Amino acid sequence: MELNQLQRSFLEYTAALFREGFLDSQFSQLYQLQDESNPEFVVEVVSLFFEDSERLINDLSRALDQTIVDFRKIDAHVHQLKGSSSSIGAQRVKNSCVSFRNFCEAQNIEECSKCLQQVKQEYLLIKNKLEALFQLEKQIVAAGGAINMVEWML
Amino acid sequence: MEACNCIEPQWPADELLMKYQYISDFFIALAYFSIPLELIYFVKKSAVFPYRWVLVQFGAFIVLCGATHLINLWTFTTHSRTVAVVMTTAKILTAVVSCATALMLVHIIPDLLSVKTRELFLKNKAAELDREMGLIRTQEETGRHVRMLTHEIRSTLDRHTILKTTLVELGRTLSLEECALWMPTRTGLELQLSYTLHHQNPVGFTVPIQLPMINQVFSTNRAVKISPSSPVARLRPSGKYMPGEVVAVRVPLLHLSNFQINDWPELSTKRYALMVLMLPSDSARQWHVHELELVEVVADQVAVALSHAAILEESMRARDLLMQQNVALDLARREAETAVRARNDFLAVMNHEMRTPMHAIIALSSLLQETELTPEQRLMVETILKSSNLLAALINDVLDLSKLEDGSLQLDMGTFNLHALFREALNLIKPIASVKKLSITLSLSSDLPEYAIGDEKRLMQVLLNVVGNAVKFSKEGSISISAFVAKSEYLRDPRAPEFFPIPSDNHFYLRIQVKDTGLGINPQDIPKLFTKFAQSQPLTTKNSSGGGLGLAICKRFVNLMEGQIWIESEGLGKGSTAIFIVKLGFPGHSNESRLPFVPKVPGNHMPTNFSGLKVVVMDDNSVGRMVTKGLLMHLGCDVLAVGSADECVRVVTPEHKVVFLDASVPGADTYEVAVRLHEKFSKRLDRPFIVALTGNTDRMVKENCSRVGMDGVVLKPISVDKMRSVLSELLEHGFLVESQ
Repeated sequence: MELNQLQRSFLEYTAALFREGFLDSQFSQLYQLQDESNPEFVVEVVSLFFEDSERLINDLSRALDQTIVDFRKIDAHVHQLKGSSSSIGAQRVKNSCVSFRNFCEAQNIEECSKCLQQVKQEYLLIKNKLEALFQLEKQIVAAGGAINMVEWML
Repeated sequence: MEACNCIEPQWPADELLMKYQYISDFFIALAYFSIPLELIYFVKKSAVFPYRWVLVQFGAFIVLCGATHLINLWTFTTHSRTVAVVMTTAKILTAVVSCATALMLVHIIPDLLSVKTRELFLKNKAAELDREMGLIRTQEETGRHVRMLTHEIRSTLDRHTILKTTLVELGRTLSLEECALWMPTRTGLELQLSYTLHHQNPVGFTVPIQLPMINQVFSTNRAVKISPSSPVARLRPSGKYMPGEVVAVRVPLLHLSNFQINDWPELSTKRYALMVLMLPSDSARQWHVHELELVEVVADQVAVALSHAAILEESMRARDLLMQQNVALDLARREAETAVRARNDFLAVMNHEMRTPMHAIIALSSLLQETELTPEQRLMVETILKSSNLLAALINDVLDLSKLEDGSLQLDMGTFNLHALFREALNLIKPIASVKKLSITLSLSSDLPEYAIGDEKRLMQVLLNVVGNAVKFSKEGSISISAFVAKSEYLRDPRAPEFFPIPSDNHFYLRIQVKDTGLGINPQDIPKLFTKFAQSQPLTTKNSSGGGLGLAICKRFVNLMEGQIWIESEGLGKGSTAIFIVKLGFPGHSNESRLPFVPKVPGNHMPTNFSGLKVVVMDDNSVGRMVTKGLLMHLGCDVLAVGSADECVRVVTPEHKVVFLDASVPGADTYEVAVRLHEKFSKRLDRPFIVALTGNTDRMVKENCSRVGMDGVVLKPISVDKMRSVLSELLEHGFLVESQ
């Protein structure tokens, strides 16, 4: 595909992501931190986020499956997840973590399970989208272009 | 002879009989024919006739009968066989129909009879309904009367009008001869005739309240018929004839306190009035039930109306009372103001008058000092000078206090030598102390700046006052004065929890502690110390001029300097410690430069490059840690990222300038780190700035951060610009002015 087209679709894709609330301004901040000394910063951070979240989600599933549910531990995990997601700007994941925490406080196992499902869902969604985004970016870079951060900085 | 088909009548015709029969048959036939016609005519006219079939039958029957009789007319004379045949046919038909009709009637007649029964029943019902209608109408009338009466009664809030109206309206509605109201007297032992219909101001008949008849009336809320000869009913001169029936009903006199929220007032301890109603005599009228009901309802309404009136009276009285009090208060206030003004004038005048000679003494003594004097003379003159200065100070005190009172005093800020101030105070006090054989020590902390900005004179005044008190109230022992720059933990006074001073770049808090081994103070008296003119207790020593304005003025000065002053003592004989903290300014910016590399780009306040700035980031969330690290690296810092509190405390060295602690951990880790860092780096110069990063900056968090000695709080999410300004502010000012 032509470079312009690639760039345009990249912009549209990111704009859509912001519009639909998957990402917030924190994500664009990450791009600001990427420079010559740190060229792969965003990808690194996001990969770390994926690893972290998967681990946390597994821990959460296991914790909720226990006969005696340790809500404090669950709360701690969700807190971590919330922190990570807000650090990279994964807004929907963060929001579902917030409601998860509320139900955790209320110690409602059923609702917590539902929330976990939702968190999982949101996480998978954002993972797919970000992977697609990075694919596009790679293609652009391969075609000799660069991502113009200013244009889609919100 | 020809065969004749004629039929002969049976017997020989008798002329007269025949004629009569002939005529009768004719008329019968006529009648028989006209009856159905009439029937048809009238039934057609009427709307309802359920038995048409019967009618037809009956009609047929009658018509046939008529036909029979008509045909009979021809049989009186010789008639042909045809006629006979027709006659026979008619008769047969008639027989059939009449039998059928007879049979039919067996069914019909009971029905018709029952109709009659029903009619009778309905008539009875109608009569009954009429009667009930009459009753309802009467009731409605009564209700209307009651409403009208109630409206009249309630349309006024004046007690007398209420009662008068009640009587008048009742009298009119029920057409009474007399209507009277007996009210209980103040003693409650008698009933007094208060209102009647026909006398305007009845002479006070009284009746004892304990009559059995009255008790009977009071015990029920119904209207009770009483005998016309009872004392309450003997209001009119007895007529010649039968007096009308009399009814009495009780009227509860309710007070506001009688109404409980959830239950209706118990009528056991209440006072009642008695309403007596008399029907016109010689009228043979009787009290009807609905009339009695009316009376009962009215009595209740009157009670309510009276209580409303009473409430209104009370509230009017209360209002009047309040107005009076207001007037009195106003007057008192004005008098007080006048007194204060007079006092102030007096003080001003007196001060002026006192100052003039004082100035003369001071001026002349100073001049005298300049001249040639012998050592003894010099000593004497110096003492005179010192005493006059002290006296002048006292006079100034008094004037100051009045100025302090109206808040018009302002501090004279200026740069002065702090160390010198202490030395001078010491020199002033030393003579007096050595006379009493008290030792005075002064210790100034090393970080006490030499120069400071503040009101030198007043600070000296406070210091002298406090130290002077210490000297005054100590008979032996020692007095120690210590001064140092207050750190945050020492700034909090448990007695003044709202006092939360934050040292900043331009100001510092000076803490001075004066400890003596003197008489001590009873802890109960401590609060009174700072009130004007309050002496703790009559002291028996000679120098017991401790009461007065001194401490009160000191407190005010210290407060003006945005500080606190308080005294601690463990008790009588255990000495006391006076502590005060005042806010002083740094003369110019501090010269110490903590960071050798703070490039200030001219014309642009914010340094944009913190290259090489060593910082530590603590965050137990790996993603967050990486992001913050990336952020700081982007700004050029040399970042060391750690994930736990222990690690953080371990790796921080004096080379690190800032430590960022992520405080979204729901635990006290962050605060613990700060405390431990403070411990690790006791000297201020070595310690890095400690900044908390949190997603939540409510008051609690801010307080906790200040408590553990953090230098700032930053709200997440942090943008590059925000971090940049945080760093530059830290490096420039040493403190984050406001959390961002």
